[in-house]
Amino acid sequence: MTSRDPAQPQRRVDRAGIVIAALLAGLAAVLVWDARGLQSTSMYGMGPEAMPVVVATGLALLAIGNFIDALRGNLPARESADPLPVLLILIGLALLIAIIGFGGGFILATAALFVTTSAAFGRRAIVVDSIIALVMSSLIYLAFDRLLTLSLPAGPLERLL
Amino acid sequence: MMDTFAALAHGMAVAVQPMNLLYALIGVFLGTAVGVLPGIGPALTVALLLPVTYKLDPGGSLIMFAGIYYGGMYGGSTTAILINTPGESASMATALEGNKMAKAGRGGPALATSAIGSFVAGTIATIGLAFLAPWLVDFAVRFGPEDYFALMCVAFVTVSATFGDSPIRGLTSLFIGLTLGLVGIDKLTGQARLAFGVPELLDGVEVTTLAVGLFAVGEALYVASRRHHTEEKLEPVRGSLWMTKEDWKRSWKPWLRGTMFGFPIGALPAGGAEIPTFLSYSTEKRLTKHPEEFGKGAIEGVAGPEAANNASAAGTLVPLLTLGLPTSATAAMMLAGFQQYGLNPGPLLFAERPDLVWGLIASLFIANCMLLVLNLPLVGLWVRLLAIPQPWLYAGILVFATMGTIAAKPSVVELSMLAGFGVLGFLMRRFDFPIAPVVVGLILGPIAESQLRRALAISLGDPVTLLQSPISATLLGIALVALLAPFVLKGLGRFKANED
Repeated sequence: MTSRDPAQPQRRVDRAGIVIAALLAGLAAVLVWDARGLQSTSMYGMGPEAMPVVVATGLALLAIGNFIDALRGNLPARESADPLPVLLILIGLALLIAIIGFGGGFILATAALFVTTSAAFGRRAIVVDSIIALVMSSLIYLAFDRLLTLSLPAGPLERLL
Repeated sequence: MMDTFAALAHGMAVAVQPMNLLYALIGVFLGTAVGVLPGIGPALTVALLLPVTYKLDPGGSLIMFAGIYYGGMYGGSTTAILINTPGESASMATALEGNKMAKAGRGGPALATSAIGSFVAGTIATIGLAFLAPWLVDFAVRFGPEDYFALMCVAFVTVSATFGDSPIRGLTSLFIGLTLGLVGIDKLTGQARLAFGVPELLDGVEVTTLAVGLFAVGEALYVASRRHHTEEKLEPVRGSLWMTKEDWKRSWKPWLRGTMFGFPIGALPAGGAEIPTFLSYSTEKRLTKHPEEFGKGAIEGVAGPEAANNASAAGTLVPLLTLGLPTSATAAMMLAGFQQYGLNPGPLLFAERPDLVWGLIASLFIANCMLLVLNLPLVGLWVRLLAIPQPWLYAGILVFATMGTIAAKPSVVELSMLAGFGVLGFLMRRFDFPIAPVVVGLILGPIAESQLRRALAISLGDPVTLLQSPISATLLGIALVALLAPFVLKGLGRFKANED
């Protein structure tokens, strides 16, 4: 069967929908697997393992529902997406996590995120953006760490301030 | 009745202390400034500004919150009118007519009618809140655990299934939230669930991490992925800011009607300001003397929905404060604000900390007045904020969003969760799953579970207890009807389509 039938333009199996259904089913399985390790200690009523099983049942039913929707092609239409900017922002987040994790401090970490995000939105002036990012992050650090006394992680740059 | 006046007067006395007035002013200012940024709705505004209030005492922080909440709403409508990117579905009706007015050079009156309408609606609805809340509290004191559980079932269903596009996708979102709510140590037995041996997960999933991830990071990823589709255009505010006599004449009735739609629907544990705003829009379209202007920039179409939006925002505070029941993403964030001080809204809070609750309610009045005075003169400043180039805007939003998490818990696990929730939010936007049910599920899931377990422990494990209490039986019935209604209606719709 081809999907050229003009009366049913939307009736095509939606692969992404199938993946979503599979993920939900997988999540349900994880819940049940995790709940098996719990001991029911309460004499009456529900133990800690009851709710995960209830949620897992719901997820399994919803996996079936999503699967049927995907087979029928009932998902709403999607516009094309550009993966590159998404990837750039994710790289920025990864950099941020790495810099914080290795003690690089707040200013460097957020500056890295700022520059990659700005690039993801089409800016190519990396040097200018880096300077803006460093100045802004330093100001935020001073405002929140010194004025509002929130403790933000300190690295080499923060110790200079 | 007199008790309410006395309590409110007491609250006013708390709210007008100079320090608290300053907090309200800062809240209003920050809320508007962040809310005005495109793509940022009130829920995210509150989530982003939570860290600012970390170090304040509960009273001052909640007062600042009231200002942020109302400020975020005002800011959102400015964005909707001037660049037609509503930050939330509740401003969609405003964007419909308001942006057309701005294009026709009547942006000033559109902003004015939305600001004054929000003030009128916010004030009336806050009065409604002040009088309805004590009455509901009296009622809620009699609630047993099974009644609370049933009430939460109603909220789960109405938030996720009843009013969305697809009940299946709404419920899927809800169950993702419920799953996240299971993570961490079970409070009754001390056993770890879904922690996979990671110590950071034992405390459970932080509401702010989830909300900021889903809303801020998810939104940034989504906008970046489809940057090639949209061309945002900022309409300059031309001409007079002020409304003419004619504008006033055409606005005041829609304000009042919008309030009448917004407050009661917002106060029901059904959530969402979309329904009242669209009801108001269609009503004004039907009643107007200028039907030819609708779709081209009719002032009634801005005045009514804006009033409805604000009135329902105050309405959602009724179930939040009296029952601890958040019915919108914004209310869920407010609840997170309470929880960071270990406060649980509900009848007990009214009895134990009346100064806090009534101080908050009184601050809502004050925030509303401040916004009216601040907003119109400062509109030039807000417009300049809107003109920030998109790359810097979203880069700044992400920096600020991660800062909240870094300040709260500077751990690799927490930040990875933030990034993970960002990806989840991106995928949910892309595949059209609603976001708010996830947040509501995370917050209410654990509460519903503990209420249910308490009820079953009291009844020695007999589930019939859920149906023996008349309140709980009624509420569960409502939940069932609300769950099945969309499927039945959809079936009917299909049946009709086959008939044609």
